[in-house]
Amino acid sequence: MALNKEHELHQRRKGRNVGLGLVLGGFVVLVLVLTMVKVTSNGFQFPSELSQGNN
Amino acid sequence: MTDASLHASTPYEDEASFGDYFALLKPRVMSLVVFTALVGLLAAPVSVHPVVGFCAILFIAIGGGASGALNMWWDADIDRIMKRTKKRPIPAGKIAPNEAMQFGIALSVLSVIMLALATNVFAGAFLAFTIFFYVVIYTMWLKRATPQNIVIGGAAGAFPPVIGWIAATGSMSLEPWLMFALTFMWTPPHFWALALFMRNDYDDAGVPMLTVTHGRRATRLHILVYTVLLAALAIGTGFTAVGGPIYLAVALVLNALFLVGALRIARRDEDASEADNFKIERNFFKLSLLYLFLHFGAILVEALLKPFGLGGW
Repeated sequence: MALNKEHELHQRRKGRNVGLGLVLGGFVVLVLVLTMVKVTSNGFQFPSELSQGNN
Repeated sequence: MTDASLHASTPYEDEASFGDYFALLKPRVMSLVVFTALVGLLAAPVSVHPVVGFCAILFIAIGGGASGALNMWWDADIDRIMKRTKKRPIPAGKIAPNEAMQFGIALSVLSVIMLALATNVFAGAFLAFTIFFYVVIYTMWLKRATPQNIVIGGAAGAFPPVIGWIAATGSMSLEPWLMFALTFMWTPPHFWALALFMRNDYDDAGVPMLTVTHGRRATRLHILVYTVLLAALAIGTGFTAVGGPIYLAVALVLNALFLVGALRIARRDEDASEADNFKIERNFFKLSLLYLFLHFGAILVEALLKPFGLGGW
């Protein structure tokens, strides 16, 4: 039945949405990993510690 | 509305796919940016956490891609005319110019902020300056104003190793500027060779390439002069902090080949070039790609060998 058949347009939009989803998901994971690396590095200081150091 | 209405309407057939948005980032140019920025980052005399290094290269690449999208937005009118560019997403009708502009600006802002957060503010600021230089100074101003467009505009493509170095060290020194100079001097002969065999493209589009404003004979001589200067610079770099015996050997071989190519281009006339469909010019262009890749590859090898007491002088 023609109405049930997926148009090429829908496939293209699906590909675009899946691609965007993967990019956004990857970005979230990357920011998480980067944050973990930053806060566990030796030179890391909380902002409160930084301001105390300045006083 | 039924599904049947979709079949007859052409606008939907031109709707962009994910790959069209990726093409907007000029992936081939991006690969050059990634590689040279990586060499700048790894040649720096400090160790960078792999995750931070990966983020730095990724955001420098996204920044480079964003400036590519903004370049395509601004140049959509001439891209439609030139054979080499008329299949790009905007002239092909896949992506609207304004959409490309918004996409480019959004990615520019994202890449600059993320690079600053991942590495340091200096690197983020330098990436912002590079995007500005490529989009405003080169694309909007110089490209259509002067035959020296490629010479000055080439600086934009030469900045990535400097950004990579700053991302690693947070400061500036001479070494990344030697890498900058290498790409900067390489760009004119590379693009002028392309302009010689993509003959009518720039004429038709009205872009004042050297071939259009000063003629093809002058372009051939310019290629030779710039190649001589490039060879002096590239071999001289072999005796500096980023060079070493491996780099010097690579530079000597490649520059000898490049000089021979430039000399053959300079001595040829148009009839000879047309007779073999610009074979020498095309080979010179292909060699130029290998030239830059191997020079930066040799700098990378020298840098990676240094911790083992090898590499460098």
